[in-house]
Amino acid sequence: MQNLISIRDLEKADIVHYLETATRIESGEIVPDMGDQLAALLFFEPSTRTRFSFETAMKRMGGRTLFMDGTTSTSAKKGESFADTLMTISMYSDIIVIRSAVEGSARYAAETVDIPVINAGDGANQHPTQALLDLYSVRKTQGGLENLTIGLIGDLKFGRTVHSLVQALASFSPRFYFVSPPHLRMPEDICTDLTAHGGQYTEVTDPESIIGELDLMYVTRIQRERFADPEDYERVKDSYVIDSSMLKGVKTNFKVFHPLPRVNEISTDVDGTEYAYYFQQAKNGVVMREAIISILLGDAS
Amino acid sequence: MKEMKVDPIKDGTVIDHIASGHALQVTEVLNINRFQIVMIGLNLSSNKYGRKDIVKIENKELSESELNTIALISPSATYSIIKNFEVVRKSKVTMPQTIEGLIVCPNPHCVTTVERVPTRFAIETDDPVTVRCEYCEKSYGISEVRIRIHP
Repeated sequence: MQNLISIRDLEKADIVHYLETATRIESGEIVPDMGDQLAALLFFEPSTRTRFSFETAMKRMGGRTLFMDGTTSTSAKKGESFADTLMTISMYSDIIVIRSAVEGSARYAAETVDIPVINAGDGANQHPTQALLDLYSVRKTQGGLENLTIGLIGDLKFGRTVHSLVQALASFSPRFYFVSPPHLRMPEDICTDLTAHGGQYTEVTDPESIIGELDLMYVTRIQRERFADPEDYERVKDSYVIDSSMLKGVKTNFKVFHPLPRVNEISTDVDGTEYAYYFQQAKNGVVMREAIISILLGDAS
Repeated sequence: MKEMKVDPIKDGTVIDHIASGHALQVTEVLNINRFQIVMIGLNLSSNKYGRKDIVKIENKELSESELNTIALISPSATYSIIKNFEVVRKSKVTMPQTIEGLIVCPNPHCVTTVERVPTRFAIETDDPVTVRCEYCEKSYGISEVRIRIHP
């Protein structure tokens, strides 16, 4: 049974296969037909973008979706076990997409049911479909994945998208700059994994000092609630806002990425520049998810 | 030179060279039930380690996988299977690749904590021992995790 649970499960060749399939779907070379397939979207945690892009992907391929809003659904309230909910849903559908705050829930789901499972985010752990769409966007804008210089900026401690992205790019000889407030630094185990796979990183606190070297900058939101002291937040928040004045002197291939939603960490005056890529990045999520679903349901040839 | 302080056994398993002070933890992890005859030696002298613990379990031949879980507590431990006072097999414990059900994941948001799913940990490094939860994917030093004691 094929599943997509964690970027850590994927070999370099698997990643390339996902990206190639998305490219071939986007170009029209492959037209997956999900006419008789039904995807169950189990969202135990609120999400707009991820849910919509999975629904869009499935519907564009002619398939249908069932949506279970786990945050208000009845079965858990009646005391049904998570395993029983999963088993029942798997009797109705061909593939399960699961989003939950509980870390490891997608892997547990995959071990419980006999249909493919896609992890659409499990707490602070993994968000592999986001990582793959990010890689797809990187490859589209940079022409490849090897030897890139990438700045990750914002909350690097709790942001699962940056963790998955570092893991996904680790085997492609990247050079990372990690830019964050001191207490929101990239976790040590992610850094260790990165260097073990041949990647490099440098930690800096000022994004302007390195922006000229970057092929792309991946910006994430710094959440006020991560700070114990509100004054600390006020002190650092503006150091991590990207505006158009900072983009003078960047490389010609430079792009700004963001997993969205954004609050104020990228000034809207960047939106109209040639460097803004975040909305296109969100759009790429649909074709990437079409590729993922069709590979897992065996219709990507 | 003094004689052996712990009696030899006729049939069973002898676990030797346990790091001093860890024998009781070994018996707990192995779920040795109270009806078995168990001899425990603490802080015995050892040429190699200075001090060591030893556990002898009468009439019970433990499996290799059970014995290898001792590596988590004391990688230096050795074991001997005894039949009719003869050592029929002797080996050092080897660190298993995965540990099922024994380690408690310290992450309160992990599915093994929230849903009472049996845990599964991969051994990432042997020395020092670090383990990674195969569900929430967080890694921990062995001293940061609790080994589940059987009821």
